[in-house]
Amino acid sequence: MENQSSYAYDIIQVCLLAGKVMLQNGGETYRVEDTMTRIADAYGASHSNSYVTPTGIIFSIEGPEPSKTQLIRISDRTTDLDKVTKVNSISRRISSGGLSIQEAYNELYRLDKMTERYTFPKQFIAAAVASGCFLIMFEGQWNDFVPAVLAGGGGFYSVTLFNRLVPIKFFAEFLASFVIGLLAVLFVTTGLGEQLDKIIIGSVMPLVPGLLITNAVRDLMAGHLISGLSKGAEAFLTAFAIGAGIALVVSFL
Amino acid sequence: MTFVAQIVTSFVASAAFGLLFNAPKSSLIKGGFVGMCGWMIYYVMEASGIDVVVATVTASFFIAVISQFFAKMYRTPVIIFSVAGIIPLVPGGLAYDAMRNFVQNDYNNAINLAAKAFMISGSIAVGLVFSEVINQIIRHSTLTRRQKQ
Repeated sequence: MENQSSYAYDIIQVCLLAGKVMLQNGGETYRVEDTMTRIADAYGASHSNSYVTPTGIIFSIEGPEPSKTQLIRISDRTTDLDKVTKVNSISRRISSGGLSIQEAYNELYRLDKMTERYTFPKQFIAAAVASGCFLIMFEGQWNDFVPAVLAGGGGFYSVTLFNRLVPIKFFAEFLASFVIGLLAVLFVTTGLGEQLDKIIIGSVMPLVPGLLITNAVRDLMAGHLISGLSKGAEAFLTAFAIGAGIALVVSFL
Repeated sequence: MTFVAQIVTSFVASAAFGLLFNAPKSSLIKGGFVGMCGWMIYYVMEASGIDVVVATVTASFFIAVISQFFAKMYRTPVIIFSVAGIIPLVPGGLAYDAMRNFVQNDYNNAINLAAKAFMISGSIAVGLVFSEVINQIIRHSTLTRRQKQ
């Protein structure tokens, strides 16, 4: 009896850890729920319930004994698709019976602690080049390409820097878009760039919460009302921070 | 010439976003390809005078179809390809414009732009969900056919 009960808690631990890693790194709400149910199923707990919101997961397993529930808190969210893919493949291996509970927990734990990303210079170049490309896609002129690359790169650099200095995400975004606005105005007044609006729009694109907005609507449509609304609120705050940073610069013109 | 420029820039921008989102190295090129296809569908439709919302729904539908195809082929989550793909369609510029008008006290214009941004992001989601639903119907019907045999 004692054994069986701790076994159920072990299953919950693995499920919650998998759900946490997925959700923290940008997995969709339905995928998180689906993955947790599958893992529980593979370990023999066929009746499980999950409640997933962007800030926490509640997971419970029902069985012959009283049902067991645990909660995990999600405090910070980024987008790291590599981790989502890896959790997905771990869950596939669990489903095919290739991993014991302890092994699965160890692998997920290692994955959670892993900080293997592209190096900062690579990300910096990607953000800068993407800004220039967006300028062209939004029908800007080629003479504005270099200013947009520089402003976008500057914006990405400052958002990373300020994120390290201040723990408030929205404040970092506000300051970064302020930097972008300053750089763009500087380029236009010195004659390096021409269309201020296009340069700014192109270079804020790496900061804009486009993915969040779309995911929010998608969650709402799938019936995950709480997730959808809170993602929408996060997207709105980010958009507000960016708009305010730019407006501060523009109002001084 | 502008056409070629659009193809190249949309490819590079989508692949770069894949890198920012830390997508696995092998999927960057595929993500760029997905983004390029989506953006070209959108661009051609918009240039020929079709409504932006319709163009966005169509483009995001095709992005989801191609992403699902890749996901099945390489056995990875769909999100890796579709995220990089939809980024060019996302109304970031509009959302920014709306916010800028809000802070400058031009509320009429701001509400207009915000409503449009909401419509477009909604239509991206509709396109994605629609293709998912069709995918599920196809999978379901092949499963039941197999069970009957």
